[in-house]
Amino acid sequence: MSASPALPADGAALPHTASTAPFEPEAVEAMTPEQERVYLASQWRLMWWKFRKHRLAVISGVVILTIYFMVAICEFLAPLHYTTRNTDFIRAPRQEVHLFHEGSFVGPFVYPYVQRLNMETLKREYDVDRTRPQPIRFFCRGEAYEFWGLIPGDRHLFCAPEGGTLFLLGTDRLGRDMLSRILYGGRISLSIGLLGVAVSFMLGIIIGGIAGYYGGKVDLFVQRLIEIVQSLPHIPLWLALAAIMPPSWSPILVYFGITVILGLMDWTGLARAVRSKLLSLREEDYVVAAQLMGARPARIIGLHLVPGFMSHLIASATITIPKTILGETALSFLGLGLRPPITSWGVMLNEAQNINVVALYPWLLFPVVPVIVIILAFNFFGDGLRDAADPYR
Amino acid sequence: MLLQYIFKRILLMIPTLLVTSALIFTVINLPEGDYFETLSAEMAAQGEKADLSRIEFLKKEYGFDKPPVERYFWWVAGLLRGDMGYSFEYQLPVRDIVGDRLILTMVVAFCTIIFTWVVAFPIGIYSATHQYSWGDYGLTFLGLLGLAIPHFLLALVFLYFANVWFGTSIGGLVDPQYINQPMSWAKLKSILEHLWIPVIIIGAGGTAGMIRAVRANLLDELQKQYYVTARAKGLPPGKALRKYPFRMSLNFFISDIGDILPSIVSGAEIVAIVLSLQTTGPLLIRALQAQDMYLAGSFLMFLSFMTVIGVLISDIALAMLDPRIRLQGEATK
Repeated sequence: MSASPALPADGAALPHTASTAPFEPEAVEAMTPEQERVYLASQWRLMWWKFRKHRLAVISGVVILTIYFMVAICEFLAPLHYTTRNTDFIRAPRQEVHLFHEGSFVGPFVYPYVQRLNMETLKREYDVDRTRPQPIRFFCRGEAYEFWGLIPGDRHLFCAPEGGTLFLLGTDRLGRDMLSRILYGGRISLSIGLLGVAVSFMLGIIIGGIAGYYGGKVDLFVQRLIEIVQSLPHIPLWLALAAIMPPSWSPILVYFGITVILGLMDWTGLARAVRSKLLSLREEDYVVAAQLMGARPARIIGLHLVPGFMSHLIASATITIPKTILGETALSFLGLGLRPPITSWGVMLNEAQNINVVALYPWLLFPVVPVIVIILAFNFFGDGLRDAADPYR
Repeated sequence: MLLQYIFKRILLMIPTLLVTSALIFTVINLPEGDYFETLSAEMAAQGEKADLSRIEFLKKEYGFDKPPVERYFWWVAGLLRGDMGYSFEYQLPVRDIVGDRLILTMVVAFCTIIFTWVVAFPIGIYSATHQYSWGDYGLTFLGLLGLAIPHFLLALVFLYFANVWFGTSIGGLVDPQYINQPMSWAKLKSILEHLWIPVIIIGAGGTAGMIRAVRANLLDELQKQYYVTARAKGLPPGKALRKYPFRMSLNFFISDIGDILPSIVSGAEIVAIVLSLQTTGPLLIRALQAQDMYLAGSFLMFLSFMTVIGVLISDIALAMLDPRIRLQGEATK
């Protein structure tokens, strides 16, 4: 009997048939790195992933950020200050930027205006002098300004050519550059949107939180209150509230007053959302645990309950920002909102409320373009946020 | 059960209206001074010697020598008797000034609601059933555009182009030659020619919200099991949609009346000013500015009353349609 190499020698131990590799009992449940990334991701990360899929919302977010950034540095971007008058160029139409002069490349330039008074209609008419191209200057020293009212400077992204003018969007009835006014006005209009929403956000969380947490009679009362506020037509109430502000107030006080007024009407939707969420969440075990440990209601609402659906709240707040911005334009349009010298898009549109403007000076309507853009952007952005707010669905 | 619900809802209206009236009264009385101070200041500015005794008399007549609380009860008691007070500025009872304008306001509001529904409903359904298609994006965008353009501006532009293209006379709800004329077919035609502008403009904002809500609601319903079951059993898509989710979204439509009314009234005011419609809006805003408090107050009160009635009707209709509504709202803890 010859010994086969495959078999062990007589009497020797048989080799182990099982794998000697170390055994990990959890290996069956182990996830691939990709799965792990998803399962271990934080809620905010999941929301970001979901949000990212909504293309339009992402683009809108970028647009919103860009616009806010632009109005934040508007002193640098605007060629002129928003109160600077160019008395020789009243209601001038917009100047076009050209690149080629008589077939040869010059770079961005404008043709100068020659003003002429039409003696029949007494209308100022502007002829374009096509013989003298005037190149636009970039990163130039121009009108002095104070950045945010603090840092003096005179550097602009672009300014008028030497000895020429640059009104890319025309001028208004005092000869003020529309583009500069739109940029400066955006600062007011957009910040009113944010501040107004901040006011309604606070009111909504506090009032809705109290109603949802206590329920019963308090809830009934708050619900009636919400119904009442919602049943009042907004604009007359805004008007009545705006009339309260004494005329002696400085424009900046009026600005804050308007913000509060706009915020005062818009909290109801948010309060409802908070209330209905709290009504269901307050029955959860963790709330009972907190109550048994002696936490006070304010702590439970603020620390345990509200953060649980903060994402929803932010999403619905985003959707109310455009309402506030539109509200400001409406109030200013009626002459009850902000007052010059403070400039907002609403104040600018107030000057365009005449049908003659549409017929003769249509460029005065231009401030409506940024209004539309920002409102659309906020709507799409808010939609995306709302879809992403509940990433587990 | 249903009758009980309706009764309860009507009872609930009373405190709501009381609080509303108090709120309106307070807000209107908040600005410093009153109409009489404005009046004497204006008279003084015009160089007239302010007739103090007349102003004192008027003040007494309208109860302005009494504390505001008393005046409030006086006002509410008047409202209950159908007496809306007296306008200082027009020297007429509020009811006489407001009458015709209210009817026009209601006509415009009614047409606007119908317009909103007619536009929003099909679009909402289409968007929901064709989610993420180009049609969905395009229509939603169009609706949003209506929301994003400030009403007054849209009104101006419409006014201009209606005049240029169709020769519609600028401003007002009828051609000038029909003003103060009795109602006739020609006048009705002229009204209809003008009516579409405010209706579209005021409706534009509401339509966007409505489309969005119908779409979201229907999308939720379309994912529910009863619909999936119906489809799985072989019901054709059109019929399955019509039979179930469509009816569910009708609920929402009715419940939205209450929400949409105040916004239509608000939107209508500014549009009415731009289009110089003979509706209540311009009157109300003028009254608020002049502190003509009975005119403004009674008017606001009337508008809120209409809204509360609108909400009531929609709630009752909803309770008839959907028994779940009646049962919710139990007090907790």
